[in-house]
Amino acid sequence: MSGPSTYKPGSGIEKWLDDRLPIIRLGYDSFVDFPTPRNLNYWWTFGGILAVFLMIQIISGIVLAMHYVAHEDYAFESVQRITRDVPFGWLIQSMHANGASFFFVAVYLHMFRGLYYGSYKAPREVLWILGVVIYLLMMATGFMGYVLPWGQMSYWGAMVITNLLGALPFIGDALREWLWGGFSVGQATLNRFFSLHYLLPFVIAAVVGLHIWALHVPGNGNPVGLEVKSKKDTLPFHPYYTVKDGFAIIVYLLIFAVFVFFLPTVLGHADNYIEANALVTPAHIVPEWYYLPFYAILRAITFDIGPIDAKLGGVLAMFGAIGILFVLPWLDTSKVRSMRYRPLTRWFFIFFVVAALGLGWCGAKNPDDFVMGIEGFKFLYLGQFLTFYYFAYFIVILPLMGIIEKPKERPASIEAAVLGSDKA
Amino acid sequence: MKMTRIFAAAIAALGFAGTAAAFEGDQHPPKEHHWHQDGPFGTYDTSAVQRGYQIYQEVCASCHSMDLMRFRNLGQQGGPFASDEFDNPNDNPIVMQIAASYTRVWDIDEVNDDGDPVERPGLPSDAFPAPFANEQMARASNGGAYPPDLSLIVKARSHGENYIYSLLTGYYDAPEDSHLSPGMYYNPYFPGAAIAMAPPLAEGIIEYADGTEATVEQMAEDVTTFLSWAGDPHMEKRKQMGVMVLIYLLIFAILVYLAYRQVWANVKH
Repeated sequence: MSGPSTYKPGSGIEKWLDDRLPIIRLGYDSFVDFPTPRNLNYWWTFGGILAVFLMIQIISGIVLAMHYVAHEDYAFESVQRITRDVPFGWLIQSMHANGASFFFVAVYLHMFRGLYYGSYKAPREVLWILGVVIYLLMMATGFMGYVLPWGQMSYWGAMVITNLLGALPFIGDALREWLWGGFSVGQATLNRFFSLHYLLPFVIAAVVGLHIWALHVPGNGNPVGLEVKSKKDTLPFHPYYTVKDGFAIIVYLLIFAVFVFFLPTVLGHADNYIEANALVTPAHIVPEWYYLPFYAILRAITFDIGPIDAKLGGVLAMFGAIGILFVLPWLDTSKVRSMRYRPLTRWFFIFFVVAALGLGWCGAKNPDDFVMGIEGFKFLYLGQFLTFYYFAYFIVILPLMGIIEKPKERPASIEAAVLGSDKA
Repeated sequence: MKMTRIFAAAIAALGFAGTAAAFEGDQHPPKEHHWHQDGPFGTYDTSAVQRGYQIYQEVCASCHSMDLMRFRNLGQQGGPFASDEFDNPNDNPIVMQIAASYTRVWDIDEVNDDGDPVERPGLPSDAFPAPFANEQMARASNGGAYPPDLSLIVKARSHGENYIYSLLTGYYDAPEDSHLSPGMYYNPYFPGAAIAMAPPLAEGIIEYADGTEATVEQMAEDVTTFLSWAGDPHMEKRKQMGVMVLIYLLIFAILVYLAYRQVWANVKH
């Protein structure tokens, strides 16, 4: 990894193993002696938090799978049986369902951290792209996992999302039927979603491995956005960041426990306690909260754009909203990483966060309702405006700002920033 | 730091985004009622759950199933007839007696040596008997409406207990401008304000075993408490464990924070 290894085998058996499989060396160089910028703040703890939540989801999920029945007649009941009759099943199920939400909260904060501190810029483009891949896999996994309890929202959410594929020209219908394994969401769909929902977390774990590898080549970014220049800029990962990450992880688990034990259903939807019924459509079909911003973007395109009809336009915009993150490293033309030294762009970023949250709000509401009761101001219009800003931030603001903005003066080095040359 | 505050506000906003439920047209927001099981330390009022079971059994069960319930649930920890004497609810005499009061074919696959289905008294492991064999039969007996299963009804409606309580106590004379179809009743707490269920509770339709006066409000509160327990039978255990877990994590967090201060004490950052 970065720099020569400083590992010295402490015993005969470690030396023997080190000559054959230097796995202890790998662990030592990656997580003990790894040089880490000394100025990382708490926004840098979400990587560790995410690793913990991936493990929580995998372990609780494996236990749930031992009791779950992927059959359209029994799936709903089997999940209820888990919470009623399996010893501590109520706990495992609550951890898994709420764990998904906490996983997404952490990943969003991790991504906003990356956007604010320019973590996607050279030489960390591949690291960023792998992160977007993980996020996409999480979206797919979360979506399919929500289908498994086979409640009304599971079923109708799956119906709405899979129907989006039907909007694609020429291949849409065939693709949708191929995904369903039939002519509607049904037994075949449930069974394959269970299979994929079990598979994808391990794919995520593998890509996380690559993500950490790609992190350990250039090393961590940091709040001032300067590269590590000397030994004085860094601290060994252990004990400095193991203890700092550890503290953040425990605090995050504390908040998680409040939901698991005291508010286990508050992040879910009441309709999902009604078994899936193909003949009864819920009054409002809403996805889980972590998809709401993209749901709002999907619904914001209500007009045809040339040969692209509104439905396909919405689907393209929704996927484009994530797709654009892949090319972000080349859209931001500024050499300055951290928004701390970008006085104008910083405000555009803050409004970007507001826009993302606002889109989530629009996604939860009926597009024809009025925002805060203001006559004529439909959620649709707010959603359209925020969708416009979402894309403008990446396509117009970031490329332009790199050219016209005059960054603030930056400290000479991380060490100088820390030692209080008052530039940070 | 400015960004910290912005993110904090952002997380708070996320919390609100998903929760607000819209009420359509004529539907009234549910009444605010205090529940014994509310709050982080709230527990079920056992006597209310017992009375509520009596209401379910004598009133609701003639139309509504509770497919997820087994008789043994009544005697398990936190249940209405739980007893310290009988750790295993299958041995609980009250539960055995309730189950045995129903005689029927419990399982068509349970056959005698001639291959005929066996009719026998219920056991604690048997499910609450359903009033109708299937949805079509239920609809045919209820003017086309399908009485929903009540196992999870409190969880399956937004505003949970308050909604159920409001619905049960919310039958009024229809306003003159409403156009109720025959067989429908006016209830402004129900979506659309027209419900096929006749007012199920009336003053004194039941004689409580414990002598409590059976007002409509009392019965509505009791049966809602019972349904709330039925939908979330491990709530008390969950909350008790939650308190211990939070105390544990809090102490752990403090210790790790002190370790953090110690480790970083002489490092500029």
